[in-house]
Amino acid sequence: MSESLISDTVKDAVEIVKDHHHDVHDHDVHGGDDHSGDHGGHHTSLGLSNTKLAMWLFLGSECLLFGGLISTYMLYRNRHSENLGPDQLWDIPFTSATSFVLLTSSLTMVLAVSAAKRKDLRNTKIYLGVTALLGGLFLAGQIYEFTVFYREGLGFTTSLFSSSFFTLTGFHGVHVSIGIIMLVAMIGMLSKEKVSGDEAEAVEMVGLYWHFVDIVWIIIFTLVYLIPA
Amino acid sequence: MAIIERPTEIPDTANRGVRPAPKASTNYGYLRRPVETTGWRSWAFTVDHKKIGIMYGAVAMFFFILGGLEAALIRLQLAGPDGTILSADKYNQMFTMHATTMVFLFVMPMAAAFANYFIPLQIGARDVAFPRLNALSLWVFVFGGVFLNTSWFLGGGADGGWFMYAPNSSVPFSPTNGVDFWGLGLQITGIASLVGAINLIVTVLNMRAPGMSMMKMPIFTWMAFVVQMLLLFAIPVITVALFLLMFQRSFGAQFFSVEAGADPLLWQHLFWIFGHPEVYILVLPSFGIISEVLPVFSKKPLFGYPFVVFSGAAIGFVGWGVWAHHMFASGLGPVSVAVFSVATMAIAVPTGVKIINWTLTLWGGKLTFTTAMLFAVGLIVQFTIGGLSGVTHAVAPSDTQQTDTYYIVAHFHYVIFGGAVLGLFSGFYYWWPKVFGKLLSESLGKWNFWLMIAGMNLTFGPMHIIGLQGQPRRMYRWTEFRAGEGFFNLGFWNLVATIGTFVLGVGILLFLVNIWITHRPNSKTPPAPADPWDARSLEWITSSPPKEYNFARTPQVSQLDEFFHRKYEDVGEGDKHEYVQKMTGEEVIQFEEDNADPNIHLPAPSYWPMVLAFALPVMAYGVIYNTLLIVAGAAIATMAMFGWALEPADAEASDFDPPVEGDEMSKELANV
Repeated sequence: MSESLISDTVKDAVEIVKDHHHDVHDHDVHGGDDHSGDHGGHHTSLGLSNTKLAMWLFLGSECLLFGGLISTYMLYRNRHSENLGPDQLWDIPFTSATSFVLLTSSLTMVLAVSAAKRKDLRNTKIYLGVTALLGGLFLAGQIYEFTVFYREGLGFTTSLFSSSFFTLTGFHGVHVSIGIIMLVAMIGMLSKEKVSGDEAEAVEMVGLYWHFVDIVWIIIFTLVYLIPA
Repeated sequence: MAIIERPTEIPDTANRGVRPAPKASTNYGYLRRPVETTGWRSWAFTVDHKKIGIMYGAVAMFFFILGGLEAALIRLQLAGPDGTILSADKYNQMFTMHATTMVFLFVMPMAAAFANYFIPLQIGARDVAFPRLNALSLWVFVFGGVFLNTSWFLGGGADGGWFMYAPNSSVPFSPTNGVDFWGLGLQITGIASLVGAINLIVTVLNMRAPGMSMMKMPIFTWMAFVVQMLLLFAIPVITVALFLLMFQRSFGAQFFSVEAGADPLLWQHLFWIFGHPEVYILVLPSFGIISEVLPVFSKKPLFGYPFVVFSGAAIGFVGWGVWAHHMFASGLGPVSVAVFSVATMAIAVPTGVKIINWTLTLWGGKLTFTTAMLFAVGLIVQFTIGGLSGVTHAVAPSDTQQTDTYYIVAHFHYVIFGGAVLGLFSGFYYWWPKVFGKLLSESLGKWNFWLMIAGMNLTFGPMHIIGLQGQPRRMYRWTEFRAGEGFFNLGFWNLVATIGTFVLGVGILLFLVNIWITHRPNSKTPPAPADPWDARSLEWITSSPPKEYNFARTPQVSQLDEFFHRKYEDVGEGDKHEYVQKMTGEEVIQFEEDNADPNIHLPAPSYWPMVLAFALPVMAYGVIYNTLLIVAGAAIATMAMFGWALEPADAEASDFDPPVEGDEMSKELANV
């Protein structure tokens, strides 16, 4: 009984993988960069579209950018004046709430990408809009948080800790802002049918970037806020 | 620049049907699309990887001369005791800007020039994956380089050394704007490198001609690919360092304020995590070039192609684990020093593998010592000398004696000049007929080579002696009082080094003369034959210079050294190979053209890359002088990005100029 269950599961898994492979192939090969030099076949050597490959490479590069900033913060997080360190300043429940908002936006982003693949334009735009809104809410939370810290005396130039904290979270905030601009621009371009090339893939690219920014926040939230200094 | 489906530009020898007419236009944005095929616009707004490559090369050459003049001033200052040509302050700026210019504005973009031009040709593609991004890389680099050098007129250049150690580079120690210009300028050229890296990696991975697996790629493409991988991951690290420095200097952040408890090693780690891969970024393209040149002029395949590929990749990986050998004297502690010392010795292994492969490529070959070949052999010899002195720094106790002396200067000039620069010159002579359709003069080329070799050994050879005698780097003068006696007299060797610089200068000048003689208006140099060297790789299966669509038809690849195997047939039996010629290069090319693709699509030119690139120095001036400029630059950038995104990929009929009286082509285009 258990043996047949296992073999069924394996069969299912194989089917799913095949299906996925088919999807990926079907979608990517024909969704190549419209500005590419070789327009003839839309064929790429890897079978992965140029744009998607480029986005992955860019995100790989971004890992080292955040890696450098996070290392700087970890080096300096204990170098602050007596009463203006992480333990005195952090409001974990509040930041947890805004983090939850940002992570939820990844869900709506997934829904937008899935709607775009179904060519459901209306829902694509709605979910992109909700994603942008949640991203905006997170940013508002960050600005509020920065303001509170500033009122308590933690300026950008106050200490090594403050400089590196504001730089790290500021860089992340800028990334979220750029993501929001991309989302809003995407909605506009979808409405006016100005997306050159595959619309679903364009939405997916914004999605990749957005998920990356979210994942970086998970790391930042864990290292900066949750682990006691 | 060819526009899509531009009628006269398409080879139609096979006469296979009619091309589809361009689609009707919709108006998309603020500006008309540039479609000129002649004049400066055809260069400024081009997205053709070949034109972009040539422009990269020309601008890099300009910076090479600039950096060379800076070097000449340094050597003049040090020619005799108590030099008076430069003040201490100007001397600091001079060596900082010399190194910065040579590394970031000459060797890197010159390698980018080769990569841009030859990667698509070597893999059988019509262009790179993202032609507009390619144009963006070029213009960002050009504007960044110019921005960096405007510091000379705005209060003086940067003066902290090319590694710009913080806190020495913070405001109290370097109060002019030089360091700000340096940081922002490198930030800008870093964007160019990063964008270029992404573009070229995608090109190599995704746009290879049918049949060209990774292990059938020409070796230059492989090495350039490894370099782009290094850039992809090294650039963001220096980006972080440069941001921290900018925040420190411009906005009062504390990162490097030792009085606030900062760690002075933070900058050093960030810089060298970038800086050591950078060394391989400089030298690997040249390794690739000579790995193309040596087999051609030995009439043998590259010995152990897979070993050359994998040792290149190995250098790419191990290169990330040796950065702290630049910091042996900074008090890292014995464990770190031991680990990095061993890792540094280990990285000599893949480099040695390459040297052996090159030597064995020469072994038993029918050698022809053209200028390109001379430069390639010159690289092997000179780089090996530099590599050996490098191993002496890997031994940490010995390194602590050598740190900050001229011995280090000798070492890295042997590897960078003897490695990177000689390789680039080999590439110039080898590929000149491919790019410009004319052969450079070989006799003048040999003078060029021997003067450069003599010059570099006279300049950098004595620095070993000077350095071991204890003359420190970066000191703006030395005194007779402590110069020593006899053979090791500092005065004598400093003078030799200065004379050597001018020999070297004359050698490089001869290269420029050679270009002039070949291309001057009434030059007698005939057009080069299509296959002047009996070459082996794919870029030669097309006319010289190549048409804007590169290949009449996308080549089908079945072997490494595809061009060679199309020309020669193996008639040997069993393991013995014996090649007889079945076709000439011209015939191979003619065959391809006779079977041309009926339709060729090329990407259309665009204004936006240049506009977007222009926004960056505007913002950078804003950081230094006025916040309003940042806003203005950001506005230009935003406009350019939206213009870019909204611009349809293909040129449309309405993009072309209104018909000009008497010009049939423009009429035809306006009417489609």
